[in-house]
Amino acid sequence: MLDISHISKTFNPGMITEKVALIDVSLHLAPGEFVTVIGGNGAGKSTLMNSIAGTFPVDKGTISIDDEDITDWPEHRRAKYIGRVFQDPMMGTAANMMIEENLEIASRRNRRPNLSWSSKKEDKEKFQSMLASLHLGLEDRLESKVGLLSGGQRQALTLLMATLADPKLLLLDEHTAALDPKTAAQVLKITTSIVAERHLTTLMITHNMRDALACGNRLIMMYGGKILIDVKDREKKKLTVKDLLLMFEKAAGSELGDDSLLLS
Amino acid sequence: MLELAIPTLSQGLLWSILAIGVYITFRVLDIADLTVEGSFPLGAATAAKLLTEGYDPITSVFVACLAGMAAGIVTGILTTKLKIPALLAGILTMIALYSVNLRIMGKANLSLLRMDTIFTLAGFISDDPQNVALFVGIVSTAVLALLCYWFFGTEIGSAIRATGANPRMIRANGINTDNTIILGLLISNGLVSISGALIGQANGFADVGMGVGTIVIGLASVIIGEVLFGTRTFWRCLLSVVLGSIVYRVVIAIVLALGMPPNDLKLFTAILVALALSMPLIQAKFKAMRKAGE
Repeated sequence: MLDISHISKTFNPGMITEKVALIDVSLHLAPGEFVTVIGGNGAGKSTLMNSIAGTFPVDKGTISIDDEDITDWPEHRRAKYIGRVFQDPMMGTAANMMIEENLEIASRRNRRPNLSWSSKKEDKEKFQSMLASLHLGLEDRLESKVGLLSGGQRQALTLLMATLADPKLLLLDEHTAALDPKTAAQVLKITTSIVAERHLTTLMITHNMRDALACGNRLIMMYGGKILIDVKDREKKKLTVKDLLLMFEKAAGSELGDDSLLLS
Repeated sequence: MLELAIPTLSQGLLWSILAIGVYITFRVLDIADLTVEGSFPLGAATAAKLLTEGYDPITSVFVACLAGMAAGIVTGILTTKLKIPALLAGILTMIALYSVNLRIMGKANLSLLRMDTIFTLAGFISDDPQNVALFVGIVSTAVLALLCYWFFGTEIGSAIRATGANPRMIRANGINTDNTIILGLLISNGLVSISGALIGQANGFADVGMGVGTIVIGLASVIIGEVLFGTRTFWRCLLSVVLGSIVYRVVIAIVLALGMPPNDLKLFTAILVALALSMPLIQAKFKAMRKAGE
């Protein structure tokens, strides 16, 4: 499905603020795989996500979806295949537009907009039943401006928008991190049920190890711009937070060892 | 005072087309577009030149609109493809248009005296030129406002509105924001040019300097309209802008009647807009002070 092959990214090369964010990263996602991504600050999680989404070009390597090379595609073109939810609840919706208008925009993500009236009668019922499935009381508020919603409601709406036009790939960038614990759990529950129901290939960054273990069927851990740990299915099911920390220490430790060898 | 009512109203309506144009960039796209100061006289110059060449008034206004759209595209390309900040891109086009306008007219001022204009064309309405001007103002504003309402309700129009509200969101939804920004600037400056063409004909001349301060007049109308008449829906916003433009003309007529020298008009308008734009901050400070006082 998603094929990332040997991509690297350095920000501000040659400057004092130079930051090596990704080093020769390769990753293959099978259709329907739900991958959680963990790692500390500066590990390269968000850079990986933004490289896939096309927020900026990568320095080296290729990215393809379903054998189609999208490495040189601009962000808006990739959106045809990719649904995204950002960390900031304000990011994924237009605040001064109505819920319905936001959903309409999302529903035509994989085609060009035309001069037909944006608000379509036949969509209203569909949107209402989708909003009802969120259990957030949004089904009767199609004409409310999104800016009036709470962070959790907006994030749930963004999730709905990201999955509305049947994306090939769903990218979730710490989408529950800015929410209070109760709302975060609620949004995560909605996430897992939508992903399971629609068999969406998903990449989810989280800073919460417990969520990373509980969700999905594959887990990768990043450190220093590389993928250190990659566990799947049965092996992942057995994993505990303690195991994860041990694995991290071991993997990162050897990494540090290599560095010290180089230095000496 | 009362005999000024109809001319003030029709002036307000003709200028409200400019205000709608400014609204589209300033509020919908969230860009302060100074191209307006060049595309307004561009519209007047184009229409005046065509009229003196013997073209009919409708064609003249139509071509003026196309010229304004072209100016909008230039600013759009400067700011999206060449990444020049929008404010500066607008200034560059505005300055360039000064020369373009002189070239179009061949001189700094083109009189339309005793020429057939859109107002003589609408002369069948009434023998009183005041009523004719009002008629032209009402019809043109209504047609263009309806056209805007329709367009911004379509799929493409709603993509433009979302571009101003949240560019990252609309890119994540498959829209090329370069295209929506260029399209928005095109529509805005097309409207501004139409306004210039109509006002030029109403005043009986086109002048290369007539664009000075138009952005501030547009902003004043937008802000006055929003404060007095609300912004709940897009239709309401358009209506507010039109009414705002009329109120602005009324205010000007009143201060002039009270004896303010016409030369101070631009200073007065600038202060009005500065006050209105700083209103949110002043209100917040005022509230904080009241709270502290309690």
